[in-house]
Amino acid sequence: MATLDSKIPAGPLADKWTNYKNNINLVNPANKRLIDVIVVGTGLAGGSAAATLAELGYNVKAFCFQDSPRRAHSIAAQGGINAAKNYQGDGDSTFRLFYDTVKGGDYRSREANVYRLAEVSANIIDQCVAQGVPFARDYGGLLDNRSFGGVLVSRTFYAKGQTGQQLLLGAYSAMNRQIGRGKIKMYNRHEMMDIVVVDGKARGIIARNLVTGEIERHSAHAVVLGTGGYGNVFFLSTNAMGSNVSAAWKAHKRGAYFANPCFTQIHPTCIPVSGELQAKLTLMSESLRNDGRIWVPKKLEDVEAIRAGKLKPTQIKEEDRDYYLERRYPAFGNLVPRDVASRAAKERCDAGYGVNATGEAVYLDFASAVTRYGKEAAHVRGLNENDNTLVQKLGKEIIANKYGNLFQMYEKIVDENPYETPMMIYPAVHYTMGGLWVDYNLMTTVPGLYAIGEANFSDHGANRLGASALMQGLADGYFVLPYTIGDYLASDIRTGAIPTNTPEFDAAEKEVTERLNFFVNNNGTHSVDYFHRRLGKIMWDKCGMARNTDGLKSAIAEIKALREEFWKDLKVPGSADEYNEELAKAGRVADFLELGELFAKDALERNESCGGHFREESQTAEGEAARDDANYTYVSAWEYTGLPSEANLHKEELVYENIELKTRSYK
Amino acid sequence: MNLKLKIWRQKNANDKGKMVDYPISDVSPDMSFLEMLDVLNNQLIEKGESPVAFDHDCREGICGMCSLYINGEAHGPDRGVTTCQLHMRKFKDGDTIYIEPFRAKAFPIIKDLVVDRGAFDRIQHAGGFVSVNTSGNTQDANSIPIPKADADLAFDAATCIGCGACVATCKNSSAMLYVSAKVSQFALLPQGQVEAKDRVLNMVKQMDAEGFGNCTNTGACEVECPKGISLDNIARMNREFSKAILDGREK
Amino acid sequence: MSNTGLLKSSIGRKFAMALSALFLMIFLLQHLVINLSAIFSPDTFNELSHFMGTNPLVQFVAQPILIFAVVFHFVMGFVLEMKNRDARPVKYAKNNGAANSTWMSRNMILSGSVILAFLALHFIDFWIPEINTKYIAGDMSGLNAEGGFRYYEELLHKFHDPIRVAAYCIAFILLALHLLHGFSSAFQSMGQKNKYITALSKFGVVYSIAVPLGFVIIALVLHLAH
Repeated sequence: MATLDSKIPAGPLADKWTNYKNNINLVNPANKRLIDVIVVGTGLAGGSAAATLAELGYNVKAFCFQDSPRRAHSIAAQGGINAAKNYQGDGDSTFRLFYDTVKGGDYRSREANVYRLAEVSANIIDQCVAQGVPFARDYGGLLDNRSFGGVLVSRTFYAKGQTGQQLLLGAYSAMNRQIGRGKIKMYNRHEMMDIVVVDGKARGIIARNLVTGEIERHSAHAVVLGTGGYGNVFFLSTNAMGSNVSAAWKAHKRGAYFANPCFTQIHPTCIPVSGELQAKLTLMSESLRNDGRIWVPKKLEDVEAIRAGKLKPTQIKEEDRDYYLERRYPAFGNLVPRDVASRAAKERCDAGYGVNATGEAVYLDFASAVTRYGKEAAHVRGLNENDNTLVQKLGKEIIANKYGNLFQMYEKIVDENPYETPMMIYPAVHYTMGGLWVDYNLMTTVPGLYAIGEANFSDHGANRLGASALMQGLADGYFVLPYTIGDYLASDIRTGAIPTNTPEFDAAEKEVTERLNFFVNNNGTHSVDYFHRRLGKIMWDKCGMARNTDGLKSAIAEIKALREEFWKDLKVPGSADEYNEELAKAGRVADFLELGELFAKDALERNESCGGHFREESQTAEGEAARDDANYTYVSAWEYTGLPSEANLHKEELVYENIELKTRSYK
Repeated sequence: MNLKLKIWRQKNANDKGKMVDYPISDVSPDMSFLEMLDVLNNQLIEKGESPVAFDHDCREGICGMCSLYINGEAHGPDRGVTTCQLHMRKFKDGDTIYIEPFRAKAFPIIKDLVVDRGAFDRIQHAGGFVSVNTSGNTQDANSIPIPKADADLAFDAATCIGCGACVATCKNSSAMLYVSAKVSQFALLPQGQVEAKDRVLNMVKQMDAEGFGNCTNTGACEVECPKGISLDNIARMNREFSKAILDGREK
Repeated sequence: MSNTGLLKSSIGRKFAMALSALFLMIFLLQHLVINLSAIFSPDTFNELSHFMGTNPLVQFVAQPILIFAVVFHFVMGFVLEMKNRDARPVKYAKNNGAANSTWMSRNMILSGSVILAFLALHFIDFWIPEINTKYIAGDMSGLNAEGGFRYYEELLHKFHDPIRVAAYCIAFILLALHLLHGFSSAFQSMGQKNKYITALSKFGVVYSIAVPLGFVIIALVLHLAH
């Protein structure tokens, strides 16, 4: 069993990155022209990496399955991006951002990586502003900040509720400049089908042109995966329909270890599932919890009356409401971290208090905020504070100013006016902290194969803080990978172009073609979605917000059975040599069916509760998560050996030299 | 609800294509339009027919991947939404719904309702950027204050999702709203000034080369734009363009 | 830089359309003022007509520019229409243009074509006889057989026929529709600044209705003056 070398540089935490950069190998500009790099995925991580590598002089080939790199799912991030700029003078610093991120991750991330992330965060903002990203500004023309969950400072930069979009368009514009110069060759509507490993090094990929169905070979001296997370293993999630694990999974099968697959973030404020045929869940920004109070009825008969449509939530008296977060966590109330809020909602709904037809929804109520703001506004303007109509009107105006676009979005989807009746929300899968294991250089266990952004596991531990995903994607792509990859490529300047007519490419292409042909020739009875939905249900029920030994064991068995059924009974219309979305989906779901099993296996192995991973066996007397630092302060890195069930576990022990491990408490 | 769908089917770019009728029943008003198409496709697949190809991804109105010309309007009858945010409650039981691809010479059809919007990308390659390298040593973000009003206008222009509804809905298939949104974003910000003149000339040149039509200011694009990009941006681009011409930048 | 280069770009062509339109709108106003004098004072009308018809600056500088503007505006209009049609080779099976734009804005080519047909009639009615009298017959006096100015008399004569009056009225209604979109469109094409938009568009509506209405009134008054 190989040991994992995280390659963390020696020296004091604050100097590691600088010293490391000063000492690594560089490739001279003339030689960079001789080196090809493949970047798969064009979100914040992949897009920024492709642009920067091309600026440096490497020949970049970039791939995305969407029709344009601008459509990667980073675009949907709403809230903002953290950076330790301390523009507000509220005591923020690199160390504080580092500390908050490690603590927020429930002490399951690597100190050196997180510190580096905090260190380069300020550069990201400078870079994006220079690119013309229109961040929100105050009336003095300077950048504005807001505060986000789990921290005590205002360090989040934002562009209304569309920060991810603006940052991605920034990276996209940087890519466009390089595409225009011919330094990036862009392959839209191309899906990576496999990694090609030659002499132990990642030397290329097999890709499928999604328009023509053609199978293509692309070689390079290094391959970078910025292919995002695998939340869609749950079928219903806030991820885009196309988001998938396939690139990471193919890498895993070619030798890259998969780290902490069970660490999933379930976001508490999403619009609940409305019907059996729903395909996608929509997130409502975390910021709503600043003013909304979360509750369910205290009495079961009220719940039934609501479900039957005989009672409206507004008719339930104050004393008959259970503001369960305020009751359980008086100190943080409705502003507890995401994992805690999600579990509390599930606990109430499991007890039968869910307020919609499916029994999986709780109320997010703005009535008290409306009244409070309304009275305040009436007071300020010298109007009658006891005139309820006036107070309601003024209060609603203020709420509309703060959250208008979110309220409108809710109304479009649910067809209820959230100014008049409480919103219904329920947790949904949102982000995956787990991913390909990478060392300090962001290289996986396959030499020359890198993973950046959500696709790797490195910075968020067991729970990610709000506004940190954008930070990590751009830090990896703009500021980390372009340096660290040079250290590896420096030894490749004499290699010359990698040929694609080698046995390794032949074999990889053959495997890909055989699998595609199998799908289109398999005369089953059910569509891909039929299996994907069933997989999602197993995952949600047994590997969702709360997990236990029995559930996980049965999930493993059920997923295995479902996988066998999938291979027997799948029906894919059309052929492999044409535009065929069902065929593309089939490949992705086949991989989810394998990942799902590893996910459950990992969750079973980690018999502690930490961050987004809650094991029912590991909780305090009050039902709070109990972390087990003595036994589980490590990263689980799984090595593929032929079947997900037979994956080998490698442990990377986490060493905390600069932070003391503490229990998170929000009481 | 029971509906009669009339959908454009076209096997590939070379096929002639035609409208085909598909009845669909038991549609819930709470479904999104694309979920309704998902249901249709599942039925088609299980019957052994080829499903209707359409573009979609984020399903929350921000990626710009989804398109569709529904009952004669880009993204359907609702305002300020993309097709993925359109819900079936906007239709009545028994309705006939025409579903067509976004049509323009510059958006060739790939299959059924899927079109190639690569022209949009190529326009961006021509100048939709600020030429600044990633170095980590750019000046501090707060060293250039930008008036809030300008920053807000730049943001509004920058919210374009590049879906192509403006082109699809324009009687001339003009891409002016799309191009002007990017030109405006940078024209309003100090970072974009240095290259402003070359940018507008290069982007307009590429736009014309792609075969889009000429703007006749009908304003349809602004109405159908899911992000409400304003026609003012086109006026601003016209201004920027004339400034560049007067400056003798034309090549 | 060159004009031909400018006209190669879509924005350049827009700009040129707008400039020619602006010139034509100013001409229209001037034409209206002179014609209005016909209903208030035939003598003034005669004097103005004689001046316009014989002044070398008007005849040999302004008139060719006007003709060029007219020809340019409609030729470019047709060229653009062809190009725009070409930009969508396959039409929609169902298109609901009324949902997002005005009828006027979508039918400029239709209103423009009617106006063009009217212009042909107008040239046959007035311009060709004028040219014939002045430059072919060589009579620059502007006088009729009785020794008075001939202009008002000829004008009255033309508006005797009710069919011609009706044709004029219809053309002017379409001119109004053309202007209702064209006026603000021209300023948009030339990159109007936000702060003037409201005032300008209000003025545009007034202009677009008042000017054609003026011509219609003149035609009707002259017809009824018989």
